[in-house]
Parts: sequence; C-alpha cells; structure tokens
Amino acid sequence: MSVYPYLVAAWLLGCGLYGIVTSRNYIHLTICLTVVQASTYVLLLSVGYVNGAQAPIYAGISERSVVVDPIVQALTLTDVVVEATVVALLLALILQANKRYGTTDPDRMTRMHDE
Amino acid sequence: MSQLAPLSVAIPLLVAALLTCAGAFLPRLAVDLIATLTALACFAMTLTLIIHVGSGLEVYWFGGWHVTHGVAVGIDFAVGPIGAGLATFISLLMVLALISSTRGLDVKHPYYQVLMLTFLAGMVGFCLSGDLFNMFVLFELMSISAVALVGYKVHERAALEGGLNFAVINTIGGFLFLLGIGLVYSRTGALNLAQIGHYLAHSGNDRVVMVAFALIASGLLIKAAVVPFHFWLADAYAVALTPVCLLLAGAMSELGLYGLGRIYFSAFEPALSGHTGTLRAIFVGIGLLTSLWGGLMALTEDHLKRLLAFVTIAFIGVFLTGLGLLSPDGVAGTAVYVLADGFGKALLFACAGMIQHRLGRLSQSRLHGRARSLRLIGALFLAGGLLIAALPPFGPFLGKSMIEDAAVKVGYGFVPPLIALSSALCGAAVLRAYACVFLGWGEAPGRADQTDEDTEPETTDSHDRTPLVQLIPAIVLLAGAIGVGVWFGFADLAETAATRFTDVHGYLVTVLAASGHPIPPAASSSPAWYDWLYCGGATVAAVAFAAAGVWGRRYLPWGCRLTDAASRVLAPLRRTHSGQIGDYTAALTLGVGVFGGLLALTLL
Repeated sequence: MSVYPYLVAAWLLGCGLYGIVTSRNYIHLTICLTVVQASTYVLLLSVGYVNGAQAPIYAGISERSVVVDPIVQALTLTDVVVEATVVALLLALILQANKRYGTTDPDRMTRMHDE
Repeated sequence: MSQLAPLSVAIPLLVAALLTCAGAFLPRLAVDLIATLTALACFAMTLTLIIHVGSGLEVYWFGGWHVTHGVAVGIDFAVGPIGAGLATFISLLMVLALISSTRGLDVKHPYYQVLMLTFLAGMVGFCLSGDLFNMFVLFELMSISAVALVGYKVHERAALEGGLNFAVINTIGGFLFLLGIGLVYSRTGALNLAQIGHYLAHSGNDRVVMVAFALIASGLLIKAAVVPFHFWLADAYAVALTPVCLLLAGAMSELGLYGLGRIYFSAFEPALSGHTGTLRAIFVGIGLLTSLWGGLMALTEDHLKRLLAFVTIAFIGVFLTGLGLLSPDGVAGTAVYVLADGFGKALLFACAGMIQHRLGRLSQSRLHGRARSLRLIGALFLAGGLLIAALPPFGPFLGKSMIEDAAVKVGYGFVPPLIALSSALCGAAVLRAYACVFLGWGEAPGRADQTDEDTEPETTDSHDRTPLVQLIPAIVLLAGAIGVGVWFGFADLAETAATRFTDVHGYLVTVLAASGHPIPPAASSSPAWYDWLYCGGATVAAVAFAAAGVWGRRYLPWGCRLTDAASRVLAPLRRTHSGQIGDYTAALTLGVGVFGGLLALTLL
C-alpha cells in the first residue's frame, strides 16, 4: 500500500483545521468540520484497501478470492452515521443563532458578549 | 450475571426510543417517573454488577461470538471493578439529576428525558466496553446527547455559543480518536483492546503505534478538557441546565481520563512499558499545569457556574496527575478522588442551581449578600467548598492523600505541594463566593459577568421556596462525599480495583484465554503525616486566600497592590478564554502537535 492516501488524509486534516480556525461563518465552519471528517474516511478506507482485490461480497465470487477489508468499511459507515448526527445538530443550533441574533459569524456572536 | 452489562446500556436506549414515540401522549409527571425509574434500574443493575464482579473481570461477548483459537472475533464488554464502579456512580448521579428536574424545570417533555437517557446509556456503555471502536461510538453518543443538553436553552445566546463550541471541539476530538483507531487497526488488525495489547506485546513500539497513541490520547484529553484543550468546558458547563451540570461535572469529564487509562492499561502498555518514565513525566506535567490553571481562573470568575466549571478543570488536572503516575496506587487514589470529588462538585452545582432558582441570578456581584436568608443552601455550599479544599478526614482528603503517597513513592516529591496549592485555590474561590453571596462580605471578583445578563431562570415554579426535589439530591450528594472518606475499608477496595485495572497481563489472559486471573486483595496504607499536613494546609490556605480576597483590599497595607498585581498577571490568562471557536481550535491543534512531539521522545 502506497503512502499517498495517508498524505491525503493528513492534508485534509490540516485543511479542515485551518478552515475551522479562520472561519467567519458557522455554516462554513461546519463544512470544514466535514473536511476533517473526510480525512478519517480516507485513512480508514486506505487501511483496508488491497490492490486488485474485490468488494467483500461473497456472492458470485470464489471464497478464496482476495477481498478488501470489510471491517474498515463498516467503521466508515458508522462514522458517516455518527457525523451526520453531529452536523444536523450543529446546523440546528446555527439556525437558531441566525433566527434569534441574525448572525452566523462566530466573532459577532462573541462580540455581543462583550458589548 | 454478565448479561446485566449490555442490559444496563440497552434498557435506557430502549426506553428512550419508546419515550420518543409515546412520550408526547403522556403527562410530564409520567415521563419523569419512567425516566427516573429507568435510571434507577440502571443503578440497580450496575450495582449488582460491581458486587458480582468483585475484584475480577467479567467478559460478555455480544451475540455469543466468543474467542476462537485465541483470536477475539466478536465485540465484548469487559467489566472490571473500576469501570463498573464508575457506571454505578454515573447512574446514581443520573437518578439524582432526574429527580431534581421533576419539579419546575422548564423543559419540554419527553425530549429532555430522552436526551438524558441516551446520555446515560452512552456513559455507562463507555465504562463497560472492551472494544476500541465501540468506545468511539459510545463516546460520540454521549457527546451528542451532552451537546443537545448544553444547548437546550436555544433562546439564550450563551447557551447557543457554549453548545456550538462544545460540539465542534469535541467532534474534532472524536475524529482524532477515530484516526488513532484507524492507525492501530492498520498495525494490529484488531479493535478489541486485549487483542491489540496481545499483538503489541510482541511487535513493540514503532512510529505508527506512537502516532496512534498520540491521536487517541489527544481525543480523550480533549473530552477530559486538560490544558490547552479545556477552553470549551467553561463555556459549555456555565450554561447547561443544572441537572445536566451534575452529570457533566461529576462524571463526563472524568470519563475521558477513564478511557485513556482503560486503553493504556490494556492495549498500549505492552508496547510502551519501556517508556513509563517519559509518559509519566508528560502526563503529570500536563496534569499539574491544568490543575493550577483551573484554580487560578476559578479565583477570577464572577459567574458561579463558570467558577465551578474552572474548579472542574482544576480537578481534572489533579486526576490526570494521579492517573499519569501509571502505578496502581496512583490509579486507586484517582478512583477515590473522582468519586468523592464528583459528589462534591455535583453538590456545588446543585447549590448553584438552587440559588438560580431562588434568586434568578448567578453573578456574584449581583447576588452580593442577597442569599443571606437561604441558610440551608448556604450550609450545603460551605460544606461543598470545604470538601473541595480537601478538609480532612472526608472523601476528597482520602483520595488526595492516596495520590500524594503514590507520587512520593515514584519519586515525584514536588507533586503533593502543587496539588495542595490547586486545592487551596479552588477552595478559596468557592469559599469567597460563599462569603460574597451568602454573607455579603467583601466584593465580587472582577466586573459582573455578561453571561449572567442573558441567563434566564430555568425553572417555572414559585421562586419563594426551594423544592424538596432539589434539596434532597444535594443532601444525598453531601452524604456521598463525606461517606467515601469515613467508610472504613473503601480505600482497600479501591486499591484492589486499581490493581485489577492496571494488571495488563491479567486483562489479556481473562479476555483472550477466558481463564480467570485472580489478584490478591491489596491493602492501602493509611494517610501519612505529611498528607494530614498538606491537606490540612490546603484547607487553611483556602480559608486564608478567601479571607485575603474578602478583606485584603481593606485591611492589609499591601492588599490593594497585591490584588491589582494578581489581576494584571491573570488578565492575559483570562483573555485566552475568548469564546471564539477559531482560537480554541488553534490552541487545540498546537496542543496536539506539542503532545505528539513529546510522545515522540518515546521513540528515541
């Protein structure tokens, strides 16, 4: 397995974190969070990937054929479900922030605190 | 008997699902009753579990997927005394929290109760799980429930902001945890803690293992909120509903450390055991930094719940110090301290909730002297403050003296004075708040906190009297904090439990070979003379600091200059708590980098 998928995962992690640090909009920030999450997908899937292997469904292929690791795919799916919940929750909170305070800018939310 | 372990997670989840469907047709009281009874059932089950487990380790394989040919193919719950004990404690706190929310708390049923039950299931499951990925899922389950509960009062700006910060920072923590899990899996092909430990015992430490451990530990330390990952905690705990605060401060933060201990003392210890010294120095260093930071920030805080949130951070630091000693004695002391102090902090939060109910405020400067007539609440608050300051011979004293002894035993003689100082700072902050709010002495620290401006009362009941359902849990919590210390033999039980917790070989053998691995009951040494000195000193120092804070400016000749200098020194620290999520994430990234760099030392 080549090192490139791991570099991509690290790059996505860095990009996502940079985006969160500099974000001026909560929705943009949530999307940056999903970029960080994408790094976990890439890492998990590349861990279980085998060159030239088949999908881990044993219908129609010989039981001796090489398949990619189904466990990491299950982990990735679980991860997707878990994080969909987080994103939904975040967006719900952001919606409330926008409705009541008319802003989706983290800085302006905080400044209301100081004024 | 071991079926009780999965049931104590499944039943709250099932009841939560049923309540979601049917709860809207039931009156509030019925929903409260069902939720409380479920938590009570959970408490009974976990209590039975811990009595049954004793000092052993009970393994339950889901779906009957037992170990085959020495390889763990299934998913397990591995229930040891510490995990079961923590689960019991959490269930008890949940029962008290649900009881205290039955009268007057302004929440919409059944959603509040459903969230509380999923929160309970996540936390209990996290304590019992023996599988790395399941730990991640349960970790996320409890984080998501907690975020929803923190941001519950969506009409308040502070609650929204606290909830958002909490959600984003903890989700990043969750991702780091998951990245670590992926790397461990790539190295070992296993997710079961014992299986990972078995593999790493043979393959040893390398770069991938080290990075994986750094990521997993960072994720869990973010949840535990140690410096510099702690910023979200004060924002979140200050705005949560009081019953939720009992759980957050009493148990959730500690779960991050429990997870770190569980994973280290099963999966990673075999690979990293040669570097115990380096790891100990790193963990104790971070722990002490956190404990002092939390204590100092608590002293400058005006908002009562924020003050208690910083006290929570300070104690997380002490717990990390105890756990980070990586010895059975240190773990035993931490276990006792977590329990005793969890009761103490929950008690203080319950008192803050009662003050909020009666007076509608939480800012010390606005409450100045206004709580004079609330004598019983005042007495409870004062007792909580003294317990926090490690007044001998009660629970927190016992835990702290055990940690101190363990530190001295491994040659860390500088630890006891520093954690005594941290206790003194926290105690002083709480005692000064007591003097200000209940007696009207002195001035509040700093200017009135803005969070208080838009804090609305969370209760709808009559504000002329304190409902019994709020008072009784507080008294139970006080009894718990005192009882842990005066219950003869509890320290020995904790010592035995900690020996089991840190016995990696026993864990691997019990899970993978299904053979029992009995351990001899351990005896704890009684507190040494210097423990009495340090803890007594901490209590005296707490009273002295509080008195200096109350009267220093008026009566001490250099009081004004001293307090001005102190606030000038602390101002930059305070400013770091900007409430801005970008700053917090930057600190987090930096912290993970430094932490990973320090761990890289183990490769040298």
